[in-house]
Amino acid sequence: MAKVKGDIIVDIERCKGCEVCIDACPTHTIAMSEDVNGKGYHYMQNVHDACTGCTNCAIVCPDGVITVYRVKI
Amino acid sequence: MAKELRLMKGNEAVAEAAIRAGCDGYFGYPITPQSEVMEYLMAEKPHERTGMVVLQAESELASINMVYGGACCGKKVMTSSSSPGISLMQEGISYLAGAELPCLVVNVVRGGPGLGTIQPSQSDYFQATKGGGHGDYKLITLAPSSVQEMYDFVKVAFDLAFKYRNPAMILSDGAIGQMMEKVVLEDQIPRLTEAEIIKKCPWATTGKTPDRERNIITSLDLDPARQERHNLKLQEKYKKITENEVRYETIDCENAEYIFVAYGTSARICLKALQLAKEKGIKVGLFRPITLFPFPVNQIKEMAGKIKGILSIEMSAGQMIEDIKLAVEGKIKVEHYGKMGGIIPSPNEVLEALEQKIIGG
Amino acid sequence: MAETLTKQDIIKDENIVYKKTGLMTDKVLSYCPGCGHGTTHRLVMEVIDELGAQANTIGIAPVGCSVLAYEFMDIDMQEAAHGRAPALATAIKRLMPDKLVFTYQGDGDLAAIGTGETIHAANRGENITIIFVNNGIYGMTGGQMAPTTLPGMKSSTSPYGRDIKTMGYPLKITELIARLPGTYFVTRQAVHTPANVRKAKKAIRKAFDLQKQNKGLTFVEIVSNCNSGWKMTPVKANQWMVDNMFPFYPLGDIKVDGELVK
Repeated sequence: MAKVKGDIIVDIERCKGCEVCIDACPTHTIAMSEDVNGKGYHYMQNVHDACTGCTNCAIVCPDGVITVYRVKI
Repeated sequence: MAKELRLMKGNEAVAEAAIRAGCDGYFGYPITPQSEVMEYLMAEKPHERTGMVVLQAESELASINMVYGGACCGKKVMTSSSSPGISLMQEGISYLAGAELPCLVVNVVRGGPGLGTIQPSQSDYFQATKGGGHGDYKLITLAPSSVQEMYDFVKVAFDLAFKYRNPAMILSDGAIGQMMEKVVLEDQIPRLTEAEIIKKCPWATTGKTPDRERNIITSLDLDPARQERHNLKLQEKYKKITENEVRYETIDCENAEYIFVAYGTSARICLKALQLAKEKGIKVGLFRPITLFPFPVNQIKEMAGKIKGILSIEMSAGQMIEDIKLAVEGKIKVEHYGKMGGIIPSPNEVLEALEQKIIGG
Repeated sequence: MAETLTKQDIIKDENIVYKKTGLMTDKVLSYCPGCGHGTTHRLVMEVIDELGAQANTIGIAPVGCSVLAYEFMDIDMQEAAHGRAPALATAIKRLMPDKLVFTYQGDGDLAAIGTGETIHAANRGENITIIFVNNGIYGMTGGQMAPTTLPGMKSSTSPYGRDIKTMGYPLKITELIARLPGTYFVTRQAVHTPANVRKAKKAIRKAFDLQKQNKGLTFVEIVSNCNSGWKMTPVKANQWMVDNMFPFYPLGDIKVDGELVK
């Protein structure tokens, strides 16, 4: 069975912490940070290892702060 | 080769001039007494003659904003209307001035305020020369006094509008719009190609190509310092226009003791009044501002040192007189004579007013 | 194998499956957190990017929250007076028929002050695309009642809720537009979930494709949230939108290939 593994890079300083991406993630691999960015927003981050690179979080992000990577295993 | 000569209405002359000046688009809405502009254009099928677009909009608001859209693209675009319609356009004209867009607005003035009358008037002088809409801005304002000038000033206005990236207005009136006179027509000037527009108007929104940054046309800047800089730049431009573009005509002013200052239809009436005055031995000349902005301040100022008084003849309660008084700086007497409500004063009334208000006053 | 794959192995340019389109500028969006405007901007720019139409597109920004849209879209743009964007677009398209021309407007701009320009541009069948973001409120000026504010919905000028007896009914302008013979494709979409984003993008792509075929006016409404105006968190605002806005403004195509489908 073909498996995929994904990851994301978040432009932390541009994240406004709206959390719209959180529900969009099918594998619950993203969560809001404890820390805040330069504007005082908690930012989204990849906290588990379950990312499949589905792009859901990125396409629903109003500020376009997420870049998604995916490799086939 | 002999020039083409045609008998035309003032409004028709504007329309024919637009086609021959290489105008790209006309956007208008019917209103008396200028509806012949669009009627003539529609009948002429300029799309077949030059590719010019003519569109009847749903309102003057839409017309002036179509002009804005076209002007942003570096196109030679225009509209025409009459006083109430021009009032409705003021928001758009302010945006055009703020965004520094060239265009032509023709106002065939009728009497106001409100719906007023469909008869000729000159009561939109303040609106045309002092801004009209909100903000500190000026329109280049040309005042024709013949059908020939209705024709000629279309090209002049477009040239000035593009030279300064500023809206230009032809401030006519219902009499000149409706009257018929012979007109010498100029040869067709071809419309600019897209490549020519890009070269002439590198600021225009013609599509962002890889060789340049994107072009944005806006009158908005929320940064106070930048917005002030923009305003100062506009003021600098108006100063340059004032220094370089004043146009006027003088008749019998050399040895005159008194001067009529009048533009448009009023200036035509004054021509007859000059004859009547001569018969009575009164030394009076006519000073006719052709540009109302820029107003011929220096010329009137200089003249004021040599004469005894000025009578401003306007088909209004007296609007231009304020500019004359500013120019004269209190040195001599300046009075106004005019009619309102769509009435054109008679030459006899004008001369009587001179005798009573200036000579005998 | 899976166990040995490190972050460094994945984060490589050749493995990128999604990144923000280059047609969005680097400027930080001026919108509130979670606002659908950002997503909608991006979708329009993704479509223009995919069409390879940057050099051939002219956009028009409205007055409202998206007044600064030209700061974020890397294309030639004009900023219109409040409500007048369709008039600008009309002239641009008539004067340069080969360009792709679109307006980007909010509900106050398009359905209140600009109703005349919207309806007449649509009725003339102008070959333009209108992107209409409807969040039922005037966001930029501080959350006042909009033509699209729902009955009973609170805003700063309907603080006790919109009373239809005194304040009138919300205007379903998209349905109105769809009935005009000059429109060819009219649809209502949303951008709050990945599935909706994908559908909205397809609709925007279709609208521009049809514009290229000179089919007439294409109109894409995006029902969006206004967390600040609605005074909710972004996630709650999206849920409120699903529960309250969608029943009144149902998603889906309204007119396809010039025929009403709803």
